[in-house]
Amino acid sequence: MRAMVYRGPYKIRVEEKDIPPIEHPNDAIVRVTTAAICGSDLHLFHGMMPDTRVGMTFGHEFVGVVEQVGSSVQNLKPGDRVMVPFNVYCGTCYFCARGLYSNCHNVNANATAVGGIYGYSHTCGGYDGGQAEYVRVPFADIGPSIIPEWMDEEDAVLLTDALATGYFGAQLGDIVEGDTVVVFGAGPVGLFAAKSAWLMGAGRVIVIDHLEYRLEKARTFAHAETYNFAEYDDIVVEMKKATDYLGADVVIDAVGAEADGNFLQHVTTAKLKLQGGSPIALNWAIDAVRKGGTVSVVGAYGPMFSAVKFGDALNKGLTLRMNQAPVKRQWPRLFEHIRNGYLKPSDIVTHRIPLEHIAEGYHIFSAKLDNCIKPLIIPGAN
Amino acid sequence: MPYTANKPSRARSSDELRAAIPGWGADLDPKDRPSVPKEQFDPGLNGARWDFPERQPEKWPRERSIEHKFLTPVFGTSAPPRGVSGVIRKYSYKKYSEGRAAHWLLLLAADRVDAWEQHLASFGSLSPDNPITETGVLSEFSRHGITSRFGKKRADLNHQWIDPILVGGPWLIAGGLGFAAVRRLARLHRT
Repeated sequence: MRAMVYRGPYKIRVEEKDIPPIEHPNDAIVRVTTAAICGSDLHLFHGMMPDTRVGMTFGHEFVGVVEQVGSSVQNLKPGDRVMVPFNVYCGTCYFCARGLYSNCHNVNANATAVGGIYGYSHTCGGYDGGQAEYVRVPFADIGPSIIPEWMDEEDAVLLTDALATGYFGAQLGDIVEGDTVVVFGAGPVGLFAAKSAWLMGAGRVIVIDHLEYRLEKARTFAHAETYNFAEYDDIVVEMKKATDYLGADVVIDAVGAEADGNFLQHVTTAKLKLQGGSPIALNWAIDAVRKGGTVSVVGAYGPMFSAVKFGDALNKGLTLRMNQAPVKRQWPRLFEHIRNGYLKPSDIVTHRIPLEHIAEGYHIFSAKLDNCIKPLIIPGAN
Repeated sequence: MPYTANKPSRARSSDELRAAIPGWGADLDPKDRPSVPKEQFDPGLNGARWDFPERQPEKWPRERSIEHKFLTPVFGTSAPPRGVSGVIRKYSYKKYSEGRAAHWLLLLAADRVDAWEQHLASFGSLSPDNPITETGVLSEFSRHGITSRFGKKRADLNHQWIDPILVGGPWLIAGGLGFAAVRRLARLHRT
């Protein structure tokens, strides 16, 4: 089969690999029909995530058709069209039994501090991902769902991570009617978090980024007020002014490990790998939220330490909430919202790239060329 | 103003927002949201038919965190450890917990060693690494590399110049060292 393969920092290519075999009785092999590149894939691409090995196939956002199932699989059969959450999870460990699918204890031998994620380094379990023609899906009876007939394939692929994560991020904010919600980051997760904040009754939604074309999308897609932090000397002060010096009730960090806005922080993290993540957006979130407010973190950070302004969080009495999204828990409600026309996830897709050209797709997304917001990967396309 | 008791608000009224924004308030009740409460204990929640999953066969000694009691029943099988980088990885897993910086720093070091081991190995294969095609940098010409960047007030331009040095620098150094070595060998051969 053809598969994207990591070759070292900033380098990937497409190679022939063996079609993955069934390794466990509850495995399925899925033929991928659409995948996506996630902003967090760029942390792998840039060599930031420890134990990212040459030869691994990335990709934790994908949908496809079941090709083969293991002997114990009962809920799927070959030919089923499925969407697969980015979480690999068993369904029965201490954490899964409590709905914390992203924190499963039975699928990641390499680390206890993070669950299993497709194509996301050995730190997240060492599973090959879906930027390929075929992918192994463990616990096929637990994670995947059959894509409803009425659902568009591109909407389905965005439900496997970006939309579910953005929606989850808004929930972590404990938004109540009339709240002012600030979202750092106008990438896919930030756009979906902003959109979701309205569903939860926000009174104002403000999105902050430095890419004007993404802020434009935040205004049109997510009905948000926007600020380009590169135009201001101090975005925290601007947020205080914008809220009559109270601060936002809720701030969502949808940026994560490669945040821009401070040269030293960015370089020590993204270039020199001396921190687990650039804490610029997180520190701005801590400073921009009001005392007693809530900071929700769904931007991805690595396992190493980061220079977070924890003292401000303490002294302001903040609630800090965060996790990788337990994706499937969000699906029933998100299906309703899509059917009701409240959400149209595929509106943020800007690029559809054949698998054979995936290296260019990563560069376009990484360097923010061509007004790229969300690139999809199409195996088998020319 | 926060200096008095009432909350300042520039928000539109709920009725205005409901009229203007599709779905506004559809999840208004904080208690009626999919991830509330955070933990929802229900061992039958996922429809699994096992208490503990059947074990996946271990086809090679699988490295694992020492914070695990045993190898997890299911695990990934991508890219088993190999070469010098594999030795570093195995040592890191065997010696240090996830709580130790040494664990992660050794794994990051192994990643860099792995990349160079595999680059060198690729030159002895029919598919040598090509940093031009593998970085996707040619899309700079087809996807508006210049107009996407300049005149846009982008905050990332102050560090993007570092990337070509980080990526291309080691290749140039390795190429230079290789050229010098070949030239030296050629001189020795002549004398």
